[in-house]
Amino acid sequence: MSVETQNSQRLDLSAIRNRLGASSAREYWRSLEELAETEDFQRYLHREFPEHASEWNDPAGRRKFIKLMAASLALAGIGGCTRQPAETIVPYVRAPEQFVPGKPLYYATALTLGGIATGVLVESHLGRPTKIEGNELHPASLGATDPFAQASILSLYDPDRSQVISEAGRISTWGAFLAAATRALQDQKAKAGRGLRILTGAVTSPTLSAQLQSLLKLYPQARWHQYEPASRDNAKAGSLLAFGQIVETQYRVDRANVILSLESDFLSSGPGCLRYAREFSSRRRLEDHQRGMNRLYVVESTPTNTGSIADHRLPLPAAEIETLARALAGRIGVPGVAGPSSLPRGGVESWIGSVARDLLKNRSDCLVIPGEQQTPGVHALAHAMNHALGNVGHTVFYTDSVEANPVDQTESLRQLAADMAAGNVEMLVILGGNPVYDAPADFDFARRMDRVPLRIHLGLYEDETSNLCHWHLPEAHALESWSDARAFDGTVSIQQPLIAPLYGGKSAQELLAALSGQPGRSGYDIVREYWKSQEPGPGFESFWRRSVHDGVMEGTAFRPRNVSLRPDFAAQVAAPAAREGQGLEVVFRTDSTIYDGRFANNGWLQELPKSLTRLTWDNAAMLSPATAQRLGLASEDVVELRLEGRSVRAPVWVLPGQADNTVTVHLGYGRTRSGRVGTGVGFSAYAIRTSTAPWSCHGLEIIKTGDRHRLACTQSHHSMEGRNLVRTSTLDEYTREPDIIQKMSASPTPSLSLYPGFQYTGYAWGIVIDLNACVGCNSCVVACQAENNVPIVGKEQVSRGREMHWLRIDRYYRGDLDNPETFHQPVLCMHCENAPCEIVCPVAATAHSDEGLNDMVYNRCVGTRYCSNNCPYKVRRFNFLQFNDETTPVLKLMRNPDVTVRSRGVMEKCTYCVQRINEARITAEKDMRSVRDGEIVTACQAACPTQAIVFGNLNDPASRVARLKASPRNYGLLTELNTRPRTTYLARLRNPNPELEAS
Amino acid sequence: MPQVFHRSTNTLSRLSIYGAVFALAGLGWAGLEINRSPYVTQAFVARSQPVPFSHKHHVQGLGIDCRYCHTSVEDSSFAGIPPTKTCMNCHSQIWADSPTLEPVRASFRSDTSLEWIRVHDLPDFVYFDHSIHVSKGIGCSSCHGQVDQMPLVWSVNTLQMEWCLDCHRQPELHVRPKDQVLNMNYQPPADQLTLGQKLVRDYKIRRLDYCSTCHR
Repeated sequence: MSVETQNSQRLDLSAIRNRLGASSAREYWRSLEELAETEDFQRYLHREFPEHASEWNDPAGRRKFIKLMAASLALAGIGGCTRQPAETIVPYVRAPEQFVPGKPLYYATALTLGGIATGVLVESHLGRPTKIEGNELHPASLGATDPFAQASILSLYDPDRSQVISEAGRISTWGAFLAAATRALQDQKAKAGRGLRILTGAVTSPTLSAQLQSLLKLYPQARWHQYEPASRDNAKAGSLLAFGQIVETQYRVDRANVILSLESDFLSSGPGCLRYAREFSSRRRLEDHQRGMNRLYVVESTPTNTGSIADHRLPLPAAEIETLARALAGRIGVPGVAGPSSLPRGGVESWIGSVARDLLKNRSDCLVIPGEQQTPGVHALAHAMNHALGNVGHTVFYTDSVEANPVDQTESLRQLAADMAAGNVEMLVILGGNPVYDAPADFDFARRMDRVPLRIHLGLYEDETSNLCHWHLPEAHALESWSDARAFDGTVSIQQPLIAPLYGGKSAQELLAALSGQPGRSGYDIVREYWKSQEPGPGFESFWRRSVHDGVMEGTAFRPRNVSLRPDFAAQVAAPAAREGQGLEVVFRTDSTIYDGRFANNGWLQELPKSLTRLTWDNAAMLSPATAQRLGLASEDVVELRLEGRSVRAPVWVLPGQADNTVTVHLGYGRTRSGRVGTGVGFSAYAIRTSTAPWSCHGLEIIKTGDRHRLACTQSHHSMEGRNLVRTSTLDEYTREPDIIQKMSASPTPSLSLYPGFQYTGYAWGIVIDLNACVGCNSCVVACQAENNVPIVGKEQVSRGREMHWLRIDRYYRGDLDNPETFHQPVLCMHCENAPCEIVCPVAATAHSDEGLNDMVYNRCVGTRYCSNNCPYKVRRFNFLQFNDETTPVLKLMRNPDVTVRSRGVMEKCTYCVQRINEARITAEKDMRSVRDGEIVTACQAACPTQAIVFGNLNDPASRVARLKASPRNYGLLTELNTRPRTTYLARLRNPNPELEAS
Repeated sequence: MPQVFHRSTNTLSRLSIYGAVFALAGLGWAGLEINRSPYVTQAFVARSQPVPFSHKHHVQGLGIDCRYCHTSVEDSSFAGIPPTKTCMNCHSQIWADSPTLEPVRASFRSDTSLEWIRVHDLPDFVYFDHSIHVSKGIGCSSCHGQVDQMPLVWSVNTLQMEWCLDCHRQPELHVRPKDQVLNMNYQPPADQLTLGQKLVRDYKIRRLDYCSTCHR
């Protein structure tokens, strides 16, 4: 019985609506399949691993398999008697200082996304970086990381990274490249660099920008272009509209009582999101709320993590958000802005009224955040609203741009493309980036690039762009090279290498130095000398050492600036958005896992279930249920998306909460040259994305093809059959009746067991997860994967339900199909007191420890999978195949040496990071003391930007975890089964506006 | 019809049936004993090394402290194998021309590591930590034997789980005062049990015998 051969039953959306209408408002649902009770879903429900027997489902194969098993069983005992092969110990010849074998070292560095830095600490075992942690001293990290940073370890060791310098596809040398480049540059020198073009991404690095400036001095007529597919052009343009200059906007989210997001996913994407998430969650914690809980309103076209935690969320097509912003600005009293004569749809009017009153009530304590992808008009209106509400200087600050040379990047690339078409470009140097793949479709970049006589590409991979370049140079990864970069607030971090370039890569700084006639200068010299020129004097050495050590350069954050609205501001934004065309609206977004495509070859990110769709290994065209019904489409139908004469084929995904008549597609997929992991995965939304509408436009046509494309979704696996697993209430209800959460389900008394309970005299570990803080950002999932050597399994295995993540984030819905409430729930091993898995294991491979952990012993496990069968939480993972790559040498360097690399046929699951517990216990015992509260931080907890996960000793009543567990919000999953889980949750509370709640 | 078999066949067949039970049990016992024997565990088998380094000479003869070479034994899970530089600290002066030490000098000259054969080799799924054992009063010789009397090192224990558990279940039988940890000739006193129980209390030694103590 193969899933592939089954005809998936079409979802009957009107039946779903009827069911929802008939059910009580408190009913949770999880996915459309569950609601519709399709056959597919029922099959998943009754078999956890739906395809586990299909490896040998032909009778002959099965018979042979049993024979082989019998033989191996007979030989198994003999196998136990083999002698261990001789192993060698290879000590240093001269040991470096500070290296203690067996003890990791941590180095501060920074990782950039779109040029903007987040400070990290990298764990290094004898020179091998193995794990990324956040840098508490860094303003953009505060100790947390995003999934991209966590996964960068895998990118570093990726065996598919380019490893040789190549000229027209043939292996070449650095010397040969230098000779060719020098010849071309001499030629350019004579022309003052008229034909020289340099293309970079967004640059915040002071060193790199100084190098570029001095190169432009050498070649005065050369040009420096910048392009990021996920550019922040709209924010810059909005700032120009409002203030007449480009400034950076920063928020103090913790000071705001009321926050309105105009399609901004500020809690999980964009510069500073980790900090904003921390600040936001500090006002969602009831346990320390001196200033009261905040309230979040979100208007958005596509469901985001920020929208999912909003108190009020309004789905609206992207194009209508500017109209809404104008109406709101009119209500708030922004001078000169009159609300539009008509609002696009009913119901919105009262919504706007309530939000405006709420904002006005909280003057100077509120915040309006425009989304980076929204129009310049929305940005300008948001600036004006923040001014009118008196937020500037309190919750909103303006600073200089963190980019060294802030330009309109789309225009910059347009200029380059035009120059190339005109034949003005003779030498093009591309420093990172992949414009052939991700440039706007109307630039026709690949064809125009063909006219450039010398094209040089520096990149991590041999990608689409390097394929069309004469020279490809392997780029050094951020963990292999010296550089510097600014964070969202301007703070400079020195990026230091953790390991020598694995594949002989060069950094952009080193290549630029070579092009400026200084070949062979090391990245270290370049960066250090730049800063020496900035900080001359005797104090430099200590300044430098301190900056490198701390990962932040003191006093480099930008100071807030005073900016005032342009007097003609109202006229600037008055242009009505009359782009109401026919057809559907298409919205482009970066992907929450592989971003703009740069992480396409990263298996951890490819297999990371996307926060809201739970899809892996694919992108899809997101449609709202109503739109899908109108068009007669269902999930996994393949459609052709046509926009302005361009088209791409894409599978459909029906997403509750999506704005009607809006189709969202995510960038980054459909790579043709990426590597073994990323090539040919998904479809490229860049094919229909143009420079005039980089984020959204109207006029999309959807043509049904009749084909179907199976998507690997982790959504309907592990279903918990509608038990009240996520408990929520509102702040008012909870304040009136604090035990409302406890009343939602009865727990059996501990005396239900025949046996006396175990007395935990030492430690008793436990975790509590605050669902009010969790935004579903997925950092914990990747952090767990990196820490615990969790393998990836591939799309086919995921669709069989065999993904290996020890920690998953379940997503539940409640209420209305068109705009449901969304809940994220991280689920890891519960370490039950009465663990159902332990009693069924025939070989005692899973057993309880004296500290309350449910231990899993891999070397004992024989793979019966009884434990997984008996686990009500479905957190156990089985290695059906040899998922861990044990042969690729470079991947061996990546693994955490403190955790066993599991092999085929073994069950595994979350251990509460027992390696970290043991390490801390040993350290404490050597000092003859107890482990302090907060000394052990699990990998998921460390990565969490909102500090939603708290680990600690339940036996210590003063510990944070014990205090949180005493909260009336605390509850366990499926406690009615008397499993007595150690992982518990704090119920989610909403803080709705009573005005809107009544309607 | 005459009997085909003699009457004694009955006894013989009974004997062989009952005997088979003992024979099988004996086979099992033999298998377990083989598994514990030096043939499998390589205990008491001196391993030849790239350089015939003698602990007997350096420890007993010269009185060099264990920690001169095994520097991280008090800090880390791994006791540490000295870098070639440590050898050369002395051997650039003493026995500087000895042909036996040529591999050491070659390593130092060419900057390539010496590759020592591991004698105490735990399976890869076991995570052992030297530092905690040393700081809780478990002597070097408790596990490694009297290394000061070994010209080439051999292990004196099976390093099997039952051997680990013997001590983990009853640490009071094996613990010694902290100042005796490095003493190669330490002999437990007659009242080890009394002393052990006192030390277990003083050093706050816990009976750690659950799986994740060593397996993770």
